[in-house]
Amino acid sequence: MALKMVKGSIDRMFDKNLQDLVRGIRNHKEDEAKYISQCIDEIKQELKQDNIAVKANAVCKLTYLQMLGYDISWAAFNIIEVMSASKFTFKRIGYLAASQCFHEGTDVIMLTTNQIRKDLSSPSQYDTGVALTGLSCFVTPDLARDLANDIMTLMSHTKPYIRKKAVLIMYKVFLKYPESLRPAFPRLKEKLEDPDPGVQSAAVNVICELARRNPKNYLSLAPLFFKLMTSSTNNWVLIKIIKLFGALTPLEPRLGKKLIEPLTNLIHSTSAMSLLYECVNTVIAVLISLSSGMPNHSASIQLCVQKLRILIEDSDQNLKYLGLLAMSKILKTHPKSVQSHKDLILQCLDDKDESIRLRALDLLYGMVSKKNLMEIVKKLMTHVDKAEGTTYRDELLTKIIDICSQSNYQYITNFEWYISILVELTRLEGTRHGHLIAAQMLDVAIRVKAIRKFAVAQMSALLDSAHLVTSSTQRNGICEVLYAAAWICGEFSQHLQEPQQTLEAMLRPKVTTLPGHIQAVYVQNVVKLYASVLQQQEQAGEREAAQAATQLLVDRLPQFVQSADLEVQERASCILQLVKYIQKLQAKEVPVAEEVSALFAGELNPVAPKAQKKVPIPDGLDLDAWINEPPSDSESEDEAPKAIFHDEEHKPSRHRQPEADEEELARRREARKQEQANNPFYIKSSPSPQKRYQDAPGVEHIPVVQIDLSVPLKVPGMPASDQYVKLEQERRHRQRLEKDRKRKKQKKEKRREGRHRRHSSLHTESDEDIAPAQQVDIVTEEMPENALPSDEDDKDPNDPYRALDIDLDKPLADSEKLPIQKHRNAEVPQSPDKEAAPVLEKKSKKPKKKEKKPHREKERRKEKEKGEDLDFWLSTTPPPAAAPGPTPSLGEPEVDTVVVTAPAEEGDEPRRAVPEDEDEDERELDQKPSKHKKKKHKKEKEEKTKEKKKSRRKRPPSEEPAEEPVQNGTPEGDPLPPMSSYCLLAENAYIKVTYDVQGSLQKDSQVTVSLILENLSSSFLKSMELNVLDSLNTKMARPEGTSVHDGVPVPFQLPPGVSNEARFVFTVQSIVMAQKLKGTLSFIAKNDEGSTHEKLDFKLHFSCTSYLITTPCSSDAFAKLLESGDLGMSSIKVDGITMSFQNLLAKICFHHHFSVVERVDSCASMYSRSVQGHHVCLLLKKGENSVSVDGKCSDPTLLGNLLDEMKGTLAQC
Amino acid sequence: MIKAILIFNNHGKPRLSKFYQPYSEDTQQQIIRETFHLVSKRDENVCNFLEGGLLIGGSDNKLIYRHYATLYFVFCVDSSESELGILDLIQWPEQHPKQVGSQQVFVETLDKCFENVCELDLIFHVDKVHNILAEMVMGGMVLETNMNEIVTQIDAQNKLEKSEAGLAGAPARAVSAVKNMNLPEIPRNINIGDISIKVPNLPSFK
Repeated sequence: MALKMVKGSIDRMFDKNLQDLVRGIRNHKEDEAKYISQCIDEIKQELKQDNIAVKANAVCKLTYLQMLGYDISWAAFNIIEVMSASKFTFKRIGYLAASQCFHEGTDVIMLTTNQIRKDLSSPSQYDTGVALTGLSCFVTPDLARDLANDIMTLMSHTKPYIRKKAVLIMYKVFLKYPESLRPAFPRLKEKLEDPDPGVQSAAVNVICELARRNPKNYLSLAPLFFKLMTSSTNNWVLIKIIKLFGALTPLEPRLGKKLIEPLTNLIHSTSAMSLLYECVNTVIAVLISLSSGMPNHSASIQLCVQKLRILIEDSDQNLKYLGLLAMSKILKTHPKSVQSHKDLILQCLDDKDESIRLRALDLLYGMVSKKNLMEIVKKLMTHVDKAEGTTYRDELLTKIIDICSQSNYQYITNFEWYISILVELTRLEGTRHGHLIAAQMLDVAIRVKAIRKFAVAQMSALLDSAHLVTSSTQRNGICEVLYAAAWICGEFSQHLQEPQQTLEAMLRPKVTTLPGHIQAVYVQNVVKLYASVLQQQEQAGEREAAQAATQLLVDRLPQFVQSADLEVQERASCILQLVKYIQKLQAKEVPVAEEVSALFAGELNPVAPKAQKKVPIPDGLDLDAWINEPPSDSESEDEAPKAIFHDEEHKPSRHRQPEADEEELARRREARKQEQANNPFYIKSSPSPQKRYQDAPGVEHIPVVQIDLSVPLKVPGMPASDQYVKLEQERRHRQRLEKDRKRKKQKKEKRREGRHRRHSSLHTESDEDIAPAQQVDIVTEEMPENALPSDEDDKDPNDPYRALDIDLDKPLADSEKLPIQKHRNAEVPQSPDKEAAPVLEKKSKKPKKKEKKPHREKERRKEKEKGEDLDFWLSTTPPPAAAPGPTPSLGEPEVDTVVVTAPAEEGDEPRRAVPEDEDEDERELDQKPSKHKKKKHKKEKEEKTKEKKKSRRKRPPSEEPAEEPVQNGTPEGDPLPPMSSYCLLAENAYIKVTYDVQGSLQKDSQVTVSLILENLSSSFLKSMELNVLDSLNTKMARPEGTSVHDGVPVPFQLPPGVSNEARFVFTVQSIVMAQKLKGTLSFIAKNDEGSTHEKLDFKLHFSCTSYLITTPCSSDAFAKLLESGDLGMSSIKVDGITMSFQNLLAKICFHHHFSVVERVDSCASMYSRSVQGHHVCLLLKKGENSVSVDGKCSDPTLLGNLLDEMKGTLAQC
Repeated sequence: MIKAILIFNNHGKPRLSKFYQPYSEDTQQQIIRETFHLVSKRDENVCNFLEGGLLIGGSDNKLIYRHYATLYFVFCVDSSESELGILDLIQWPEQHPKQVGSQQVFVETLDKCFENVCELDLIFHVDKVHNILAEMVMGGMVLETNMNEIVTQIDAQNKLEKSEAGLAGAPARAVSAVKNMNLPEIPRNINIGDISIKVPNLPSFK
């Protein structure tokens, strides 16, 4: 055997390996393709061999060839073979190849399911890792569905290396199989607080990706992320979280208020540019969301703008680029603060880096004013001339148009200038944006009436020189402007100086080389032009000339009739016939001009793009309702005749219209007319719209000033637009002088009158001062009357992320669980169980049904509470007193306490709730055959969890026995008394302090003490300070620079009747023993009579339990742990316990921070971990009325103390 | 999300391509070509961000790249990634120690794993580069940013690989060592290797 292996390896030596292949390709530069095809043949031979090493080598080479662009999908099956090799070396090669070439369409991919599952549960972490990595690249919906549960289990793997990969891949699973999101989410959330920073970062990564697509579902996680943000030191994680907040703030402005401060702190303190930049970005997002009604944030804006200026001024081009990018975001809401940095931005326009110039261009948009528009555009025009790449030039072009046309041409004072800019832009070769320029020309010509005459002159010149524009039609988008030119000349032909000449220009044979749609416009507008030529000439009595024009058309139109474009052909032949008819009439010397012009009478108005959409649906009109009975397609064919038969019988009686009398008809007619009158889209047979237009008040009254064209336009050697700049400057100068003169006059008069009014003699030339050259009436776009002001654009229904828009706060339903592979053959040996199962089922069925309603109620209540939690967290002031309950006087402060501690719960809750119902579920499903039983179990669990959650909110329990008002009347069998981990620390006349100690997840050997301070007096409590006498073992963490004798201030004050929570961190060296620390809380109580200095002494008790952290553990890991033999054992037994096992479990989980690993009947295994990494395993067994607890732990002393504490808890049951 | 990671040389020859979205082989090649086109015509001292190509992504996407001697490292990412963060991920820039994104990075890890990485390493060991990358980015999301952690895992995997090869692997390793001895000079002809193998090979049969 060994010999065979060695022999195999000798054979193998002569095969090409990857390096040989690469070398070969490099040495065959001339005939690479041939060489590679040779190699592929060799590879095919190798793949046919049995030796897996040979196959793996072949697949490895294929992966390389794939990178070079060769399709290797034909080897998919061989790749799967290599993936299933037992050696990691080969497995890795196989998975790599699969990740490079498998995709959803790969048909053999379904064969991999079992192999992957096997690898996922492999004892070697690298097998699992490599499978996860590969899967992340080629996961399909089927794989996701089948493997979701396996991956879920891996999320609680003992090795962080696996955990982080499993967490990360869940995002891919969610994408492919959205149903898995809700069942998996609690565990994912819990990974946010994983002790391993890698896992934590992976969880943050996944949630950020999810939240980016559907932020609103993740709003409730904000407090948790906030906590992470203020505690994490990993910049990568911080960046992700801060980016996430950027997405969340638009949904919840109060969140923004809360964020501003920590973010500004970070901005001030961080040295990492990446972090600084993201902070600035999010602050901007916050400010945008707050932009209304928050006047006192100007400081933050200033800070951002300042920091960005530093970035932009940096020599590093990357920072410069990002600075500009962020600046453009501020621009949208706070243009004023950006405008003050105009110098810097204009400077960036000259940067050698194109990306930076582009970003600076974006900013220019907000920089322009009436005053500097011409200047800025002039600068851009010189850039256009200099620009080398077409992309940058095109970008410049669109920016010029954007800048000029923004907010209805707000900044344009001289439209002649603008038209000449547009005309100049047409000289750009090879631009893709011809249609943009065309659209602008049309828009301006239609909406600015005063400019039409000028525009028509320019356009006819353009048409005349069309050959310049069309010189290289094919690749040139600029010919689109001819579309606009032709239309403008045709539509406003009355303004043309030389219509005859333009007419000829439009009928040149060269025109037929233009794209079809432009030709069509040409043809149509030729007639309009022709009509006005006719009219002119008939009026002048030049009959001959008119006939000549007709002849011209008759001669030239046939070239269009032959066009390949249908539209052109149709229009041309129509018009040709018309012209021929006119010719006949002309021959009879009939005046035709009037009638021909009548064809084109009336004005075309611009219609807003969304006008149609905004027509409101009239009352009582249901667009979805069928007008006729829909044909039923559900009925099968042989049933159809029956239905017809059936119909015939009933039809006469059913469908007969009630005979309307004359009056009714008249009324209806009237109503219809009314409706038509209101409907702008109804085409009416009313008198010529032109006339009505004139009747309409307001439009024609706008004074249209004649354009003064006294200055000659053609200055040689200077582009037209420059001239306008000059002219404009002169004009403004004149204007100013005039104004000054007037002002002086006024002043003189005033002085003569003897009055001294303060009058600024400085001419601050604000935008308002500049009077436009033309009186511009911008005809606004037409909108239907009472249009709905809705601007929402429909979302893309094909967005893959939409499937992940799932409410995550709703509790899980029974039906929502991940599909789990079932071992059918496993049922056989367990058959004895089967008998028991149905019995159990029956028993439980009844209460289940009964419980259903209150269950739902509870859910609703829970949701509400959740919302309130967030609300409270977001509000900066204490919430108003809780809703009046049955005992309002007693209830008030309590509820307060409850809500105050809520943020802490956000994090703790899932840890306790999830592992129970899911871990256990999985276990059960593997073992037990009955599906129903499983379900029921789960349900029970859920119930329990919920109860627990709920009860945790009602605290402290010592004061409030089980008579919660909301639970009254809900039929719950065996209610669990509310639990609280907070216990009384000390109390006096002024203040009551309760506390809870929790292990810290972030650092070893640290615990956090949460104190709830409740003001019992009517005094105002302030300057609270906590001090403890540190022991050798346990020390309070004090701010740097303070001695051990100094107290730590409590960061808030307490008005009468209010409570709040403060947290203090303690470091502990040894955790195996319980500890006690003496301490004092000092404070000043202030009331009407004055203030007194008060003290409260206390003893802080650190139980061993408080060093435990609830950590989920899979049963496999648990079993391994027990087998390892590193753990010492000890046990206790407590008698006289009547409490149900379930409640007992819940109690231990809650008070002692354990999680249930597995539960069978009245026996359960539980797991927890100490802050210093001791594993603690428990086996809990319930006898008749006694409970025995067996514990195993890596430290015997710790275990002993823990069991003692547990004994105390159990004794109370 | 990271959409793709590409490494190619100054002539546009691909040295590594990793796509986190499925594309056909032809499209992949087009993307590489287009990206090379966009990136290669940029000057040395301009910014490292580029608004995406037409083929991959669209307006939401950015190309973030770095240029080292003969190689371009290009990451195509969408807006959920921090631009500076990704730059740091490629390599912690010497001239800007203040950009402490995190103490990690691709190029430095390659440098550690290959001992002074150069283009030849990438050419002949593209599979290893893939393995290193897999420890850093998974399915388009950043998995690990701590270089030491990455190197530890890679070393452990290499060790595992070596132990698997065991006895049978020895001769093969010897052959490849001989083959690699004078890379550029040997005119590509396997026969020469054939003769020379026998000498170093014999001892292992004793």
